[in-house]
Amino acid sequence: MTAGLWQNWVLPGIWITIQLLVYSAALAAVVAFGVGMARTHSSRFVRFLAGFYTEIFRGTSALVLMFWLFFVVPPLLGWQLVPMWAAVLALGLSYGAYGAEIVRGALNAVAPAQREAGVALSFTPWQRMRLILLPQAVPEMMPSFCNLLIELLKGTALVSLLGVGDVSFAAYLVRLATQESAQIYTIVLVIYFVLAFLVTRSMKALENKTKRNIGISVAGGASK
Amino acid sequence: MNWDWSAIADFMPRFWDGVLITLQILVLGSLISFTLGLVWAIGFRAPTRFIRWPVHAVTEFIRTTPLLVQLFFLYFVLPEWGVQFSALTTGTIAIGLHYSTYTAQVYRAGIDAVPVGQWEAATALSLPAHRTWIAVILPQAIRRITPALGNYVIAMLKDTPLLAAIGVLEMLQQARLESAQTFQYTEPLTLIGIAFILIAYPASLLVRALERRLVR
Repeated sequence: MTAGLWQNWVLPGIWITIQLLVYSAALAAVVAFGVGMARTHSSRFVRFLAGFYTEIFRGTSALVLMFWLFFVVPPLLGWQLVPMWAAVLALGLSYGAYGAEIVRGALNAVAPAQREAGVALSFTPWQRMRLILLPQAVPEMMPSFCNLLIELLKGTALVSLLGVGDVSFAAYLVRLATQESAQIYTIVLVIYFVLAFLVTRSMKALENKTKRNIGISVAGGASK
Repeated sequence: MNWDWSAIADFMPRFWDGVLITLQILVLGSLISFTLGLVWAIGFRAPTRFIRWPVHAVTEFIRTTPLLVQLFFLYFVLPEWGVQFSALTTGTIAIGLHYSTYTAQVYRAGIDAVPVGQWEAATALSLPAHRTWIAVILPQAIRRITPALGNYVIAMLKDTPLLAAIGVLEMLQQARLESAQTFQYTEPLTLIGIAFILIAYPASLLVRALERRLVR
């Protein structure tokens, strides 16, 4: 493989994959917390809407959703989405729905007495959420979020089918140029593996940080 | 918005072909992932680390890299090694292999959850290793993990459209071909999107019901 292919396709491809990961993870996080908290709301209607959202977006395939946003929405609304943003939207919305389930599960796992204590101290619902429930629930979410982020990283490869020049797309072009598949696809698989490893490491660090914030010691293990 | 019901009617024959292929991939892919996953899970418990370590490394690598790239890898590289499979076979093997690394984790959790006393009892009765696995450990483990395996079958269903990338004629590819002929993208794509929900949602309700019955 020549240096030109590296500089023009593979390296920019890695950068686009990282950008896709960051943007869609940000969108997914917003969706996950918004919808996840809505699923614990006191109003039945809000709970229903949030549940409807998660079932729809967890029910369909991320790739089909991506094609749908790319081919169906533009004639519907009269404006064209840049492929990159269609991809970010599709990934963020569908993985956000999976994240919402994680948020809901962790919020429900906080001891009921904590919520009751908040009521007794006449906190508003938002104060209870922000000051009592979330700080305890977030560390519990972290391992699941880490897995989800790996899934999201793998999901970013789908955008190459829409012609976004990520690292999978670069692999396709390099294969066409060099007529050698084994080499480039092995390299790209290793690139994804390394990215996944970095994601796992940073999420572990983040988990420890959120635990320390609420006074759970992480270094010593059981001692507290 | 202009919705054209006749486009749906024209798409129907192709749609059902696609559904059949999708379900075929799903059934065969599940069988591959269930069997291979069990092999990995037993590999995790091998007595020597010369088996344990490579099994961990391989499954971890397959699990953290995209199915799409693995698909292309198998599709383009296997022929170079002299192995000729159809796109459908390659795709089914790829998806089965990919999900076997997930089911392996499920099996492992199920096997770990069998109380140690069961292993000790099997040892005390001097059962040979294969009897211990088949008659004592697996029946108890599999009951607990059936719902989790079901969840991965649903996840696999939602990954079958990836096989369109290598030209397998499943639902998404049928929709793409239809759209390429008629230039009507809205109807076929919307239909298959809804079809996925219509298959996946009842399936997930079924899994939840299984969970209530089998896992206590």
